[in-house]
Parts: sequence; structure tokens; C-alpha cells
Amino acid sequence: MKELLLISGLGVFALVAGLLNLRKLMMPIVIIGLLANIGLCISDWDSNEIVYNMLMLDNFALAFTIIFSVTTIIWFISAADYFNDDNNFSDHYALVLFSLTGGFLLVSFTHMVMLFLGIEILSIPLFVLVGSNKTKLRSNEAAFKYFLLGSFASAFMLFGITLIYGSTGTFNTQAIAVFLSQSGTVPPLVFAGMLCLLMAMSFKVSAAPFHFWAPDVYQGAPTHITAYMSTVVKTVAFAAFFRLFKTSFDTMQTEYMMALAIMSAVTMLIANITASVQENVKRMLAYSSISHAGFMLVTVLTIKSNSAGILLYYAMVYSISSICAFAVLKQIKIHSNGREIIDAFKGLLGRNRLMAISMTLALLSMSGIPPLAGFMAKYLVFTAAITNGYLWLAIVGVIGSLIAVFYYFKIIIVMYGKSDADHSTTIQLPWHIQLVFVICCIGMLLLAFIPDIILGML
Amino acid sequence: MLTLLLILLPFLTAALLMLFSDQQAKTIAICSAVIELILACFTLHILQSGANPSLLTLKYSWISSLGISFNIAMDGISMLMVLIASLVMPLVVFSSFNKVYNNSKMLYAMMMIMQGAMIGVFCASDGFLFYLFWEIALIPIYFICLIWGGANRQKITFKFFIYTLFGSLFMLLALIYVYLHTPERSFDIQALYAAGRSLPVVEQGWVMGAFFLAFAIKMPIFPFHTWQPDTYYTAPTPGVMLLSGVMSKMATYGLIRWVLPMVPQGLFEYGHIAIVFSVISILYASCISIIQKDFKYLIAYASIAHLGLISAGILAANAQSLQGAMMEMLNHAINTVGLFFVYDIIVNRTGTSEMKQLGGIRSIDSSFAFMFFIIILSVVALPFTNGFVGEFLLILGLFQNSPISASIAGLSIILGVVYMFRSFQTMMLGETSKITLNLPKLTIQEKSTLYIIVILIIGFGVYPKPILEITENTIKTLLQGIQ
Repeated sequence: MKELLLISGLGVFALVAGLLNLRKLMMPIVIIGLLANIGLCISDWDSNEIVYNMLMLDNFALAFTIIFSVTTIIWFISAADYFNDDNNFSDHYALVLFSLTGGFLLVSFTHMVMLFLGIEILSIPLFVLVGSNKTKLRSNEAAFKYFLLGSFASAFMLFGITLIYGSTGTFNTQAIAVFLSQSGTVPPLVFAGMLCLLMAMSFKVSAAPFHFWAPDVYQGAPTHITAYMSTVVKTVAFAAFFRLFKTSFDTMQTEYMMALAIMSAVTMLIANITASVQENVKRMLAYSSISHAGFMLVTVLTIKSNSAGILLYYAMVYSISSICAFAVLKQIKIHSNGREIIDAFKGLLGRNRLMAISMTLALLSMSGIPPLAGFMAKYLVFTAAITNGYLWLAIVGVIGSLIAVFYYFKIIIVMYGKSDADHSTTIQLPWHIQLVFVICCIGMLLLAFIPDIILGML
Repeated sequence: MLTLLLILLPFLTAALLMLFSDQQAKTIAICSAVIELILACFTLHILQSGANPSLLTLKYSWISSLGISFNIAMDGISMLMVLIASLVMPLVVFSSFNKVYNNSKMLYAMMMIMQGAMIGVFCASDGFLFYLFWEIALIPIYFICLIWGGANRQKITFKFFIYTLFGSLFMLLALIYVYLHTPERSFDIQALYAAGRSLPVVEQGWVMGAFFLAFAIKMPIFPFHTWQPDTYYTAPTPGVMLLSGVMSKMATYGLIRWVLPMVPQGLFEYGHIAIVFSVISILYASCISIIQKDFKYLIAYASIAHLGLISAGILAANAQSLQGAMMEMLNHAINTVGLFFVYDIIVNRTGTSEMKQLGGIRSIDSSFAFMFFIIILSVVALPFTNGFVGEFLLILGLFQNSPISASIAGLSIILGVVYMFRSFQTMMLGETSKITLNLPKLTIQEKSTLYIIVILIIGFGVYPKPILEITENTIKTLLQGIQ
């Protein structure tokens, strides 16, 4: 409960601070607040606090809260210039913090209404943030698209919840599981409701074939918001997906497993193949983000072998790498007249060595090459898949990873080549961006060697 | 501890190099390489004296929840491989002195990381650790080729990277598959051996196939060799020496260490298919070598032929062929480093490696031609050179397994004579061409490198016993384990 109050309280404070002209102080306050949040989570460990039968702060919820708080802190540091930009009149701190409140509900719900509220509280600030680049048509278009399709998915989710309620008479996720295990057969209404929920959740995590919104929205949104969406938002959406299917539909695995396996395979292949023909790096990273959703889906698929730790680890590793890559992209955009194409990365090694090395590590990590953490994450996913008899899915994953190497390396290759004549000046980085790069690089290397600190949490 | 030191020293040197300037980097690199060689010799001494075996192994539980441990050990086979890696490295560093590379401390750091990772591959007694080092070794060589390589390097090195990664990932899947069959979910080498042997024959065959795919790409073996000639051509000389001298041995070592003891029944049932590929590889690469116009391509194809022979010998899996394979790995490392060094000397002076444009070098610098000739004699396996011992044992062993493949493999020696002698004739004999007319003589540094290589060639050729002794017992126990 304290965590919820803290995050939403920070959000309200951010609103007031906007009025009181305290915006300059917001960054340290938010970071301290999030650190305090991590501290609260650690002190609540193993407490299993139940909040009015709506939320339950079990270790799963606390672990994901810690992870998304850490990610958000790193993201806040990397996105400082977004918040200090005078063109952004509305208070973005408050919006981000409110969406985090939604995220907290999503990782800890035990009641279907909380799931729905969580998704909505998470999404509505995002609609605004995606469109926050008001003068750019693409940003507006992205916000509108995200809003329309997001509402559509929410409608599916509500429909699914209603159908399940109609059949089981309860909103409580554990009560649904109890009902299903007692009834023996799966009532058709529950089955239909489960399918609706599966679709809605797949939309939120951008798994194929419900991923079509993602590239456009990711490309149109301001780069920092794209980074936020592809890391924090994706992490909490997956946590909710996992939590829902683990607690409620554990007994229905035979019904949805095949569908989920195929979705996961299709996501890995389609996203990676499409990414390999992109020239725009932001769009490429968007497709790469979708492809990682395919890998994370495998953990939902292997729920019975307790793969929550793997999901946690994968989410953390992917978030760090992704924030690093987006931060580099943002700097490149600043220093090459807003270009986002691969050629803008030409000769980066000569322009700024730290940036080139961080980007290389981030891309190597995302393509799953040892000794970086991304390899460990993919290795765990493959092992989980093969343990549960999905050898074919692991092979599809391997092929997907290879295609991924193909496009990640397009960037690496140009970075180590010659630079363009017009954009060959060295790049000076502000200290906070350098800090982000150093943190991310250490994280990507360290997590590979001591994965137990995250895997051991769950 | 000693093994750990062998692995760590190059990595630490790489880190150390970052603190110094490009000029100082050379000295540090050569010092580190020589210390590593001395350390390897000391390890050999400890291993053979049998005292203090605890110095050589180290086991430390690393990721206990996944059954992964940092487990390194040293036996005869690993020892010889470590010797190869630490013997080649000083030669590579020393030979790189006659050319100025941009940003050379990065180059040396990359080379050091590669050496450390390769020694890690040779010492790892844990499946996961093996795979980790295997992949770590790939990254520096990719960047060496990408940053310091020749024309069109982006595309070529990229193909190389994707190709080898493709094979490795299937090896990873096979490794995970066997790992999941171990009773306590452990990557320990003995547990993996036991689990692999308990698999049904067909599954053993698949596991062998996946491993062989990775190794066949790395060596390379026909039809997975297409990345190799171009990569060798475009790679800078130190890079290509490491690639063909040591990195290709990672694959042949992997066959001995991981495939033979882990899936022996799969090998007996399906191994002949792999032997056929290896033999085709020998014949195919030798024939292509004959028609090469460029010296570097010629060495590249010759390398495929020799590795095909080593691979066929290992898959034949008897005492002679395995001994021969170990010996031949050492020879091949020395010989290719020698050949590529000769190439480097010629290209640095003339700017071309097209053989037709050269000629008559013998009349200008006869000692250079003489030393080149000795290297060639070793490549074509003439008695009293080291090449003879290895190839003789290999073909003898292969003959016991299948006389037909042995006789085809034997052809490779004759074909080897054709292409190697032809290259010698066109480049060293005959009339001097415009380019070679004013060829500067060898510098002392170049001469001494060649002398070392020639001494090694003749030394191991006349008295190969100490080398054969290193691996003898280990191979015996390995073969007993299989039967």
C-alpha cells in the first residue's frame, strides 16, 4: 500500500510543483522518491500484504516494482533534456509518474477491475506523452493511433472480464482459478473471455499479430517516450500478462498453449524480418522491441516451470540495453540535424568513443552475444522452451536471433567505418548522459556474470 | 590456479594496454605474449611431473541455480592446444612490428582478448563456460577484421560473423539439450558425457550433427567454407594468423573434447557422413588451390585442405589418427603463421600478392627464398619436417578406419606439392619482374621471425617425441572411455 501511495503522491506533488515553479528540483525529488520506493519494496519483502482484496504485494509484485523503478530511474536520467525542454508546457513528470502508478497496479492486482484500471491508468498518460511533440504531425498521428487502437484493446479486455464474471461470478483472480479447478471442464464463456483477455494483453505487449500499432507509435513518439514505452511499459504489461495467466488460467493451459506458442514464433520471425529492411533506426528499434516481446512470450508459455524469474531477468536486461540504444539514438539525432537513418551513425567511433562502445555493447546484448547479459537472457529462454518440450520454438528463436544480428550489425558496421563529411565533428556529451552510458554498460556486463541476483528474487 | 593465470594474463594485458600509448603497446604486447609462453611451458612441466595437480584445476560454483560452474582443468590435449595458442601469439605480435597499424593499442588489446578467450576454450571443463569463451573469441576477431581489414571488409566480415554465429547457436541448442538430460541439471563435463552417452543413438546423431555444424563452419569444412577465403583475404595479417593458426583449432579441439566422448555411438553410426564431408573438403580445396592466382587465396584454400585432413583423422577416432591430428594442429599453426608472414613480407614490399607479377626473388634475397622453401616442404609433409609426422600418423589412422578415404586424403599431399611448388616457382624463381627488381632485403626482425619458424619446423620434424608424449596418455584414456 505504501508503494502505491508513494508513487501516486509523487505524481500529485509533480502537478503542484509545476504550479509552484519547482520544476528544476523535480528531477532529484523523483529519483529520490523512486529510490525510496525500492527501499519500501525491500522492506516489504515476503510480507504478502493484501490491500482490500484488490492488490496483493507478493514477491512477484515487489520484484517487478523494484525492476521497473530501477529502469525508470535510469530512464529519467537519460531523458533529463526532455523534461527541461521549455516547449513542453504540460507537466510531463506527473504524467510519467501516473503511468507508473498504473504499472504498480498491473504488477500487483488480484482483482480484475484493478487489472483494467491499471491498464487504463498506464495508457492514458501515455496517449498524451506520445503526442507531446505537438508541432510534429507524426507525433500527433501516433498519439491518435495509439489512442484508438488502445481503446479497442481495452474494450476487448472489458468484454473478456465480463464474460468470465458472467460464468464464474467473481472478479477475484484466485477465485477464478478455484472455480475452474472445481468445475472440471472449461465453460465456453470462460474460454471466450480468456481469449478476449489474451488478445488484449497481446496488444499491450505488442505481440504479433496484434503488433501493428507499435512501429508507427514508437516512431512517431518523442525518442525518450519511445524508450519509456519499450522498456518500463513493456515490462509491466508482461508482468500483468504473466500474473493473470499464472493465477487465473493455470488449469486451462492446454487450451491456450498452442496459440501462444505460434504467436511467439510469429512475433520473433515477423518482427525480425521486418526490422532487417528498415533504414530508420528508430523504427528498427521498434521492431526489435516487438521481437523481444516474442522471446518474453516464451516465459508466459512455460509458466508451469516457474519462469517468472526468467521474465524478470529478460525484462531488466532488455530494458537496460534498450535505454542505452535509445539514448545514443537521441544524441545522434541532436548532432546530425534530426536524422534517424543508419547513415547518421557513420564513423561514430571517431566522433565519440564512449557512445560508440555503449551502442556496440547495447546492440550485442540485444542480439544475444556473450559475454553480455542479453545472451544469458536468451539462453534462459531457450532452456525454458526446451525443458517444456518446445524444441521447435527454440530453433525458431535461434533463427530469429540470427536475423536480428543481421540488422543490429548494420549499425555496428557503419559506426566503425568512415564518417560523413558534413557530420564528422566530435560529439560532446553532457555528464548525465555519460553517466547513463556507464551505468548501462556496467549493468549489461555485470548482469551476465551474476544473473542470480535477479533470478534469485523469484 | 596456474590455468586461471594462463587465461587471465591476456585479458589483464588487454586492460593494461588501454593505459599506454600506441608506441608502448608493442612492447607490452610482446612481453605479455612471451610471459604467457613461459607460463605455458611451466604448466607443461607441472603437468608432466605429476606433482601438485591441484595447481592445474579450479572449480568454483558460479551460477548454482543453473548448474553452471567456473570449472577449468588441464590435461594433455588442453596442454598442447594452450601451447599452440601461446606459441603462435609471440610470433604474431613480433611479425606485426614491420607494419604500422592505426590505433595499434586497440589492435593488440583485441588480439590479447582473443588469446585469453581461446585458452579459455581449451581449458574449460564446463559446457557453458566452453560456449561462453567460444563466443567471446569471435568478437575481437570480428572487430580486428572490421577495423583493420582490407577492401570490402564490411560485407565479408559480416558474412563471417553471421556464418559462425549460425553454427554456434545450433551447438548451443544441442548443449542445452544434453544438459537437460543430466540428472542434476549440471554443465559439468563429466555429467554431460554421461548424459550424452545415455541418449538413444538417433538423438546422439542429432547432437553430433549440431556440434559438427558449428565446428565445420569454424574450421571450415566443405560446403560451409564459403566465408573463409574472402575473410582470410581481407583480414589484416595478425588477424589472419590468429584466425587460421589458432581459431580454426578451436573447432578441431572441440571435436575431440566434446563430440567424441559425449556422443560416441552417434559418431560410430553417423560419423562416416562427416568423414565424407571432410575428405571432399580436402580434395576440393586442394584442386581450387591449384588454380589460384593470388598467394593469399592459395594459403587460405590450402588451410581448408589441411583442416579437412585433421577433421577426418579425429572422426576416425583411433590412437594413431588422434595423435596425428594433435601433431598436425601444431604444425598447421606454425606453417600457416609462416606462410602468412611470407605473404606479409612480400606484400609490404611489392604491394601485390598476385603471383604472376612476382618472380625471381631468389636471385635478390636467397636466404628469404630458402626459408620460404623450408616452410613449403613442411606444408607438403616432407620427412624431417614437422608436417611429415602429423600427416603420416593421420593417414595411417584414417586407413584403419576406411582405406578409401585414406587414399583420397593421401592425394592431398600430391596436390599440395603441385600448388605449393608452383607458387614457389612463380614467385621465387624465374626472371625478376619490374616490381621485384628493387626488392629490399629482409630486416633483422623479419629474418629472426622466419628463423624461429624454420627452427621449429625442423626441430619438431626431427624429434617429435616430446610433443607426442604430451597427448599420449590423455588420448589413451579418452579412447578407453569411448569403447
